[in-house]
Amino acid sequence: MALLEVKDMRKSFGSVEVLKGISFSLEQGQTLSVIGPSGSGKTTLLRCMNFLEIPDKGIINVAGKTIFDAESSHLNDEQIRRNRLHFGLVFQSFNLFPQYTALENVSLAPRLQAKERPDFRANKKEIYEQIESRSVDILRRVGLGDKLSNYPHQLSGGQQQRVAIARALALTPEVLFFDEPTSALDPELTGEVLNVIKQLANEDMTMVVVTHEMSFASAVSDNVIFMDGGHIIEQGPPAQVLGDPKEERTRQFLRGYDK
Amino acid sequence: MFLTVVKALSLGFMKSLEIFGLTLLGAIPLGLLISLASMSRFKPLSGLTKIIVWIVRGTPLMLQLLIIYYGPGIMLGNNWWGTGSSGRFIAAMVAFILNYACYFSEIFRGGIEGVPKGQREAGQVLGMTNTQIFFRVTLMQVIKRIVPPMGNEIITLVKDTSLVRVIAVYEVMWEGQSFIKSSGIIWPLFFTGVYYLVFSGVLTVLLSKLEKKLDYFKV
Repeated sequence: MALLEVKDMRKSFGSVEVLKGISFSLEQGQTLSVIGPSGSGKTTLLRCMNFLEIPDKGIINVAGKTIFDAESSHLNDEQIRRNRLHFGLVFQSFNLFPQYTALENVSLAPRLQAKERPDFRANKKEIYEQIESRSVDILRRVGLGDKLSNYPHQLSGGQQQRVAIARALALTPEVLFFDEPTSALDPELTGEVLNVIKQLANEDMTMVVVTHEMSFASAVSDNVIFMDGGHIIEQGPPAQVLGDPKEERTRQFLRGYDK
Repeated sequence: MFLTVVKALSLGFMKSLEIFGLTLLGAIPLGLLISLASMSRFKPLSGLTKIIVWIVRGTPLMLQLLIIYYGPGIMLGNNWWGTGSSGRFIAAMVAFILNYACYFSEIFRGGIEGVPKGQREAGQVLGMTNTQIFFRVTLMQVIKRIVPPMGNEIITLVKDTSLVRVIAVYEVMWEGQSFIKSSGIIWPLFFTGVYYLVFSGVLTVLLSKLEKKLDYFKV
C-alpha cells in the first residue's frame, strides 16, 4: 500500500485554476522529485499538501487513511493543525525563527507538542531533556553539531537551510516536502544541502522534492513528476522522464538545461 | 527663592510624570486593540478605525484636549468630567490616551505587518496553534521592530505633557510660568527645561539599553 496517495487535487485562486487535477502516490521510503517551469503549480501543490492552502477538490490518504477529502470534510483549525503533523515542509527561504538559536529552532515545536502529553506535568524535566538531546542529535546528523547556539543570522544560507531541515525532522513527519530547497543559495552552498537530502534518501525518509537541480533529481529520486500548467504531464522513474521523455513538452522543458 | 522654585516645579513635574505614566499605561493596550481593529478583515470595523486614526493624527492634540474637555458640557449640556481639578485631569488623560493610542496603533500595525508571512507559515507547518505562533514566533520580532519608533513617540510624549495647561492642569511648565506673574522672574520657566532634558535623557539611555538587549538577533 502506498504511504501517500493524492487523488484529483484541484485548486483555484480567483478565476485561475492552478492545480487541474493532480494525482500521484508515493511508497514508504521513496523520493519523488517534482520538476517543471515556474507557474506550473509545483509550489501550490506543496502548499496544499501542508494545508497552507486548502484544496478545492481532492483526497489525501496517508497509509490508507483519508486525512483530507474536499467533498466530505470541512476541517476546523484544530483538525488542520493535526493533519499538518503528518507532513513536514522545508521552504525555499528557510524561514528560521530569527530570535532562536539553531537548537531552539529545532526543539521549539517538539517542546510545544510535548505539552499535549498526558504525562507532561509529571515528567516535564525528563521530557524536555529528551527533546533537547534528540534535537542535538538531529543537528549533528545534518552536520551542525558545532552550531547549536548560533542564531540564524550567524549562519550561512546553506547552514540555515540545514537547520530548517533539522527543524522539520524533529517532528518525525511521515513525508517531508521540500520547496526548491536550494534556489535561494549560491551554487557553492547548494551541494551541502543536497548532500543532506541525499543522506535522508539513503536513510529511507519518504520525501517529495520540488527542484530545478536535474542531476540531483536523477541521482536521488525513485520517481519524477513533470508538471506544466497545473497538470502532471509525465511521471515515472528518472531514467524515463529525464532520460527518455515521451512527451514533447517535457523534452522542450529539459532542453533548457545543460545536461 | 531657589528652593521655593524647585519645590513648585517639582510638584508640577510630578503631575507631568503622572500624565506621562498613565498615558503609556492606557495607550499601549488601547493602541494594540486599535491596530488589531485596523487590520480586521471586517471592512466596516477597519474602515471606521482608519477614519478615527486619521482624525486623531490629523488634528492638534491641543485641539483635542479643548474639545474633549469643553465639548460635553457645552454641546450636550452635561459636563461628564465633573468640576474642579480632578475633572480636568480626567479629561486630559482621556485625550492623551486616545491620541497616543492612535499613534501607537500605527506603529504596532507596521510592526505586525512587517513580520514576513513565512514566519507564520513555518509555525503552521510545525503544527503550532495560532496562539503559540503569536507568542513564540511573532511577538519578539514585533517588539524588536517597534522599539525605535516607540522610543520616538515616548520622548515626544514627555514634552507633550506640557499641553495640558490649556485646560488648566497644573504641570511643570505652568508652575514655571506662574513665577513671571507672581515674582516678575523668568528663570524658573527656563529651569523647567532642565526637568524635561533630564527626564528625556534618562529615557533615551533606557531605550538604547533595550535596543542593545534585542541586538542578539536580526529580523
